[in-house]
Amino acid sequence: MSFLALEVLLELTQLLISGVSQGCVYGLIASGFVLIYKATEMVNFAQGDLMMFGAFLAYAFISIFNFPFALGLVAAVLAMAGIGALIERFAIRPMIGEPHFSVLMITIGLGFIFRALAGFIWGSEPKSLETPYAGKFFDFDGLIIGIENIVIVLGTLALCSALAFFFKTTSLGKAMQAASQNQLAAMYVGISVKKINSITWAIAAAISAVAGILIAPVSLIDPQIGFIGVKAFAAAIVGGFGSLPGAIIGGLIIGIGEQFAGLYLPPGFSEVTAYAILLTMLLIRPHGILTSVQIKKM
Amino acid sequence: MRFIRKTNYHQDIQIFKHDGQIFWYTCLMLILLSFPFFLSDFYLGELALIFIYAIAGIGLMLLTGYTGLVSLGHAAFLGIGAYTHSYFLGLGIPFVFSLSISVLFSSLIGTLLAIPALRVTGIYLAVATLAFSIIVEQILSHWVSVTGGYRGMLVPDPSIGNLSLKPNTTFYFVCLIFVSSSVLISLNILRSPLGRAMTAVRDSEISAQSMGINLARTKTIAFAISAGFTGLAGGLLAHKIGYLAPDSFNLLISIQLLLMVVVGGLGSLHGAIYGAIFIGFLPQALALLRDNLPEKFAQIPGLEPGIFGLILVAVLIYEPLGIYGRWLKIRSFFEEFPLYRRSTHKRQRNFLKTERLR
Repeated sequence: MSFLALEVLLELTQLLISGVSQGCVYGLIASGFVLIYKATEMVNFAQGDLMMFGAFLAYAFISIFNFPFALGLVAAVLAMAGIGALIERFAIRPMIGEPHFSVLMITIGLGFIFRALAGFIWGSEPKSLETPYAGKFFDFDGLIIGIENIVIVLGTLALCSALAFFFKTTSLGKAMQAASQNQLAAMYVGISVKKINSITWAIAAAISAVAGILIAPVSLIDPQIGFIGVKAFAAAIVGGFGSLPGAIIGGLIIGIGEQFAGLYLPPGFSEVTAYAILLTMLLIRPHGILTSVQIKKM
Repeated sequence: MRFIRKTNYHQDIQIFKHDGQIFWYTCLMLILLSFPFFLSDFYLGELALIFIYAIAGIGLMLLTGYTGLVSLGHAAFLGIGAYTHSYFLGLGIPFVFSLSISVLFSSLIGTLLAIPALRVTGIYLAVATLAFSIIVEQILSHWVSVTGGYRGMLVPDPSIGNLSLKPNTTFYFVCLIFVSSSVLISLNILRSPLGRAMTAVRDSEISAQSMGINLARTKTIAFAISAGFTGLAGGLLAHKIGYLAPDSFNLLISIQLLLMVVVGGLGSLHGAIYGAIFIGFLPQALALLRDNLPEKFAQIPGLEPGIFGLILVAVLIYEPLGIYGRWLKIRSFFEEFPLYRRSTHKRQRNFLKTERLR
């Protein structure tokens, strides 16, 4: 009897761990959505594809150009930051003042372009990113924890604290907060809102590159993995669009929910869990768990 | 330049604004009717496909272009229409009834979707519809007893009485009838109080509400009508593709439908038709392009979606009013020929409109 209970407990912990690590990835991508939304009131639907592209860049730097692992990661993240800033400058800035729907469509289009580009450069077969820690795991009396899962959780924690530190203490972070609260007022006190927008896009793209690198050892990289961006989007909404901690919480809820639905519900349910949670959330509490008060002005 | 002298309020809501329109649309109809006599079978098939896209485009245009509700999940209605139609056709129910059932059923599902969708606006709505379409796709894949699951479902041949609708010529006429009645119906909806309420809701919910428009009711009806049109298109599309599989109605198709209304020109029925023509001919153009490209470029797996994306981005940045907007500019160039000024159509300077209220 007690053995059976232990077995069940073990299974639950195992699921919880993989759920948390998956949820962290969703949360990271979701925080990219949230950052851009907070700063520019625009929704970047290409966030998942940016993640895919970041992972591919890391793969290119490490496996093709033979960079050392750490240097390759930094190079990929910096390159993605540059790409993010370029997107903002050439595709998003001309759209200021257009309906939000148009911006949404633009980012969807950008997502398709990135997917085609990745398919063109790296082909459509799945690639694996060589990491020093891939395939290794800890074994605690039957409870198996892959190191890549630990790395994902630690990486997310580190990135979140870095972001929190950045927004709380640095003057650039404060300027970004000011611009996200009221662009006009920020401009009056001498903050260059255009520059802030570019930086925001750069940071969001860099975050998504980190997410891509973290997820690469768990799932192979191919041009289609950007589609988990849609689930991350659901996470952002569940957590409350416009709140960074909310994005992580939403990601965790969806990640864990998905793992449990995969085991305990008939096949097919794990794919729709994220969306079922999203639709339920929209029904009960349309503005998410951690709501930042935003009522539409018409 | 034509100036219409209005002497009567009813002139504002007439279907045809002036005699010229009656003449030109009659000509168009005659040309469309005469196509089967000299066009080859292949082109008739392509035209029928364009008509089907146009019906779906009208459906999405009523929702997105006229009511201002963005749907990223319209492929789901296409799928629901297609599967319902071929399921009932398979049970032996006649073509016309089965098509009507599928239209009604899609409308019903659209009404149900409107219930959660009414509570949210903007991006939330777009994502809610996206979630809905992914759930529908999963249902289509796993409800094996009705849909055949991943194996797919063979669409029975259409016929009315003893007349088979399968040949391209007959099917062309069927689609022509449906598309022209869809245009007529939607024109009439748009000039009715309902259509004007829809436009008012799009332009400003608060002012619409203060004019006594019931927002929930208008939006729900818009969803139902839009889903109905798209379901009709789905039923016809089922015959066109012949074999239904769940992934024929995925996110890419939803995006393609949106691309259609955006490229055609949001907020005009012309736009839906132009968009349909554009989407219908794009694969042919891409196939030609592939033939003429060097080997390396022609092998790109995601070439089509990538080009879709490129066109979408370019249109939204450079011509937000789409093909119809460009056509209006070209027409006014010829109408005012020596006196045309580019600045007439200059876009106004835009500023960020915030949705925040603190």
